[in-house]
Amino acid sequence: MNHECLAELVGVSKRFGKIVALDGLDLQIRAGELFALLGQNAAGKTTAISLLLGLQPPDAGTAFLFGLSPLEIEARRNIGVMMQEAALVPELSVREQIELVASYYPEPMTPATTLQLTHLESLADRPYGKLSGGQKRQVQFALAICGRPKLLFLDEPTVGLDIQSRELMWSTLRRFVSEGVSIVLTTHYLEEAEALADRVAVLAKGRVIASGSVNEMRALVVKKQISCSSSLSVEQIRTWKEVQSAHRDHKGLQITAGNVEAVVRRLLDEDEDLQDLEIHRAGLAQTFTELTQESMQ
Amino acid sequence: MTTATVVLENKLSSGVRMPSSQVWRAYWMEAKSETIRACRTPAFAIPFLGMPIVFYVLLGIFLAGSMSHGDARIVPTMFVTWATFGVMGPGMFGFGMFVAAEREQGLLRLKRALPMPTASYVLAKMAMTMMFALMVMITLIAAAVFIGHVRISIGQYLLITSIDVLGSLLFCAVGLYIGVRASAKSAPAFVNLAYLPMMHLAGLFYPLPKSIQPLEFVSPAFYLNQLGLHAVGAQSIDALSLGAGPSSHMTPVMCIAVLVTVTLILGMQATRRLRRLG
Repeated sequence: MNHECLAELVGVSKRFGKIVALDGLDLQIRAGELFALLGQNAAGKTTAISLLLGLQPPDAGTAFLFGLSPLEIEARRNIGVMMQEAALVPELSVREQIELVASYYPEPMTPATTLQLTHLESLADRPYGKLSGGQKRQVQFALAICGRPKLLFLDEPTVGLDIQSRELMWSTLRRFVSEGVSIVLTTHYLEEAEALADRVAVLAKGRVIASGSVNEMRALVVKKQISCSSSLSVEQIRTWKEVQSAHRDHKGLQITAGNVEAVVRRLLDEDEDLQDLEIHRAGLAQTFTELTQESMQ
Repeated sequence: MTTATVVLENKLSSGVRMPSSQVWRAYWMEAKSETIRACRTPAFAIPFLGMPIVFYVLLGIFLAGSMSHGDARIVPTMFVTWATFGVMGPGMFGFGMFVAAEREQGLLRLKRALPMPTASYVLAKMAMTMMFALMVMITLIAAAVFIGHVRISIGQYLLITSIDVLGSLLFCAVGLYIGVRASAKSAPAFVNLAYLPMMHLAGLFYPLPKSIQPLEFVSPAFYLNQLGLHAVGAQSIDALSLGAGPSSHMTPVMCIAVLVTVTLILGMQATRRLRRLG
């Protein structure tokens, strides 16, 4: 992967009244990567993206898009955008919507290619207002890609999609990345970031609290999870010094520990009837929750 | 060398230029989409294309004809006033309601993020309004010629069509001024709050008593109507019914000056606010 920087926020701050949305944020989007921006609500994700898109100016710091101000239309001709809340004109057909947005770009795909790539051929002549929620998201995705952008901004792209449509969109995204398109993804579906992203940044209180590959992020939180069926009591296990937390749920006993091997050895020693033993590394969801909780403290 | 320096050195500076023919095509596509959309919106197309012709024929030709006791001077006056009425709606409602809704529903924000040519959002709606105004004028002229027997020259028909189609931009500015401020739900109410007094104070359909005739000067539609009356050599309803009054002293230059000034002030105020929204 080369490291050309396609979009960048340098020390940007943004306030809305008394609320600090971004606090000296530095962010870089590199060529050829799928970058996921994670964070709880009001962490500053949307504000960061809107500064990169030129929708609002930073109070301090600078936003660059392809080395230019995001306000420059020449810079924005490199990007495609899919927003979470954007109601398109209901009276226009899917094809008409695509033809209109494609006209903003110098070398767009043909409407037929866009429709084919996004599996919308059968809906091409249907008015946008008569589509289901999931179909509308697919049309918005089609508009984001129809101009052959070098950089795609996707805000919660798979919200409202059924599993099959989501898989289709994921495979299209992977194909774009393999063809050199860069993608900025903001999502609440952590498994989406986990499945797709080359690099992840976690925002909290307007700052990046952690960034790196999915594996690097997991490594930040070294804990592992043990799951098993055991007759040992939760209270008893909580007294073991290697155990950080333990509880029982419908899947059985759940133990979180740093030195997981020592705990497993002791479990096997003390409970001869132990069954269904499983060990997991922390998922991105758990990592993300712990990182944001730490930053709030 | 630090990582940050490496990245900055590698930063691209690669804006994409587009041939002007393609930029013009983008403007054309935006205007075409806006007009198709307006035509497919029954709540917009039916009243603004249908009402002027129906009211002109019923009230402006048949009713006014029967009440004028053979005074032929009312004939061109009615044509001009109903034409003024006809070009008020598309701009005010088209901008007021569509802009408020698109602003609230995120479409404007998406278009600002996309590489849409900067002015095309407003220009497309202006083109749609002028297209509707032109269609209104064509239907009114057809009725004027074949039913109303309005005897004015082809040049005068062309002149008043140009005046009213261009004059519809005034109402675009009023509509845009409301659309960038009001919510989608309140926009129709605010547009009506401007539309109805503006229409009635312009002295379009009935004479205003001389004591309150100065109120006509606050209605921008009044100036467009006066300009139309000058173009076809007709008199206002006030003048026909009550004789010369304050409005009789308006020259075409004064009318144009007021129309251009009001359009520019409201339009510039609104577009400045539009640029900040998103």
